[in-house]
Amino acid sequence: MDGSSEIAAQDSGVWAFGPDRPLALDSGSRLDNLEIAWRSFGTLNADRSNAVLICHALTLDQHVAGTHPVSGKEGWWTRLVGPGRPLDPADWFILCSNVIGGCNGSSGPGSVDPATGKAYGLTFPVITIGDMVRAQAMLVEAMGISKLAAVVGGSMGGMQVLQWAADYPERLEAVVCVASAARHSAQNIAFHEVGRQAVMADPDWRGGAYAEAGVRPEKGLAVARMAAHITYLSEAALQRKFGRELQNDGLSFGFDADFQVESYLRHQGGSFVNRFDANSYLYITRAMDYFDLAAPHGGVLAQAFQGARDVKFCVLSFTSDWLYPTVESRHIVRALNAAGAEVSFLEIESDKGHDAFLLDEPVMDGALRGFLDSVRRRW
Amino acid sequence: MREDFREILRLVRPGARVIDVGCGEGELLELLVREKQAQGRGLELEASGVSACLARGLAVVQGDADRDLDAFPTRAFDYAILSQTLQATRNPRHVLSELLRIADRAIVSFPNFGHWRVRWSLMARGRMPETRALPEPWWSTPNIHLCSLADFNALTEDLDLRTEHCAALARGQAARPIDPARGIENWRAENALFLLSRRQPDPEPEPSDPPRDLFGS
Repeated sequence: MDGSSEIAAQDSGVWAFGPDRPLALDSGSRLDNLEIAWRSFGTLNADRSNAVLICHALTLDQHVAGTHPVSGKEGWWTRLVGPGRPLDPADWFILCSNVIGGCNGSSGPGSVDPATGKAYGLTFPVITIGDMVRAQAMLVEAMGISKLAAVVGGSMGGMQVLQWAADYPERLEAVVCVASAARHSAQNIAFHEVGRQAVMADPDWRGGAYAEAGVRPEKGLAVARMAAHITYLSEAALQRKFGRELQNDGLSFGFDADFQVESYLRHQGGSFVNRFDANSYLYITRAMDYFDLAAPHGGVLAQAFQGARDVKFCVLSFTSDWLYPTVESRHIVRALNAAGAEVSFLEIESDKGHDAFLLDEPVMDGALRGFLDSVRRRW
Repeated sequence: MREDFREILRLVRPGARVIDVGCGEGELLELLVREKQAQGRGLELEASGVSACLARGLAVVQGDADRDLDAFPTRAFDYAILSQTLQATRNPRHVLSELLRIADRAIVSFPNFGHWRVRWSLMARGRMPETRALPEPWWSTPNIHLCSLADFNALTEDLDLRTEHCAALARGQAARPIDPARGIENWRAENALFLLSRRQPDPEPEPSDPPRDLFGS
């Protein structure tokens, strides 16, 4: 096991579970030699009661704060994690793990299959949000944390925290679910399918075995990202940022990026392929599409939360988020009320679309600070 | 402390499950949690109020009394409090019956439109009253369904509700228990506060019943 058992103020590593600890998957297959990449901030207190797990969204990673080792950019939730911020490492032990199926250090389709000595590619088993959470639970347990003060996540991270509440309520004090849903809607699945088809239509994808051929389906992945990126914004945000502004004087009467919005999307797609793996994109979008927390509970979402009535919930949504609209959060709130759990809910006024959860939204920060402070006051 | 808060604190049983509908920044809810060890929940329309409640460590859901009480299961609470809000709802009758669906008792306070100042103002000036209890002009008031003590009393009868307690409230004065059926109180009470329950409580739901909808409520 090369994961460290002593956790410093800021630490990172890859926890490797031995062949004796396979991960049983929802699909019925299993994953051997499980590896989970993680990063932490702050120190576990003596009774190990101050741990917060942050669950990341589709294309993010464990570098929630601090400097990203590859891009050199700030962590994706630096706004919330840091000295004087709602999650202050002076108070909390903040842990973020890379999901399985990902491409930032955890077991995923780019990992080497111990059985063949080659990258898994499409032979990597299909995973679910439940599998991701089961792997996280193994990591948390391996670190000696029997109860998390909170699990916090937005978008796909929000799906994970709801799954935590359904599967491990006794290991949680509080749950924060931002801009998410208890199931993926038909529209969400439809957009994901566009992305997957773009990846798979790229001749360099090669049935998922592009690594062996030494190529990458960059064009397809870039298109997938462009389509997805539109869903993360709002009409108002696009209009405010770009309108119909042109790149240069006049129209080119060709198919170059005449409009600034085209150039912006091309840039988003282009930079994405440098930091993300195409097969991971397929696996993780699939996991999200399969997500339906009520399904294993007879379609009754409240049943999924039956064990969580002692857990404190905070659910947040944004007015202009049309990918995970407020009505989805209200479903969660209603089910939590029906289950008798203590739930708070706030819809935040924003024109930034789904991406608002990653952007400067003082109301969200204030709500999170208040909620997390009240959790902290309990211990 | 506001006189209606003091009266509500007096009425609520220690350790009760309470929802404050239109809880604002959670002042009353915090008192109930602190002094009555209540399991307090709030429903509030304004985001700023919800944020303030969260900062106080209170559990609050953003929502509208007219539309969002259906998010709460039947008999989830011992008390549902609606303080000075009924007159601002679009459908007071529906809100009142929803309060007594989600809770065993409702505590409702409202400005009495039958108060002598209101009557005097309308009679003498022939214009919509602006009083201490109703300070806004007619075109900007949030109060769209004003009623008198006698009107409210008739509504509770119509909904087959039992008035367990009724008090008259005026700023700076202790609550005064009253009989809402006495005509004189309809002149005297500036604000009224009712503690209501159902005359015929709903039968306990069968535990073996299959859930009625997606939420099992």
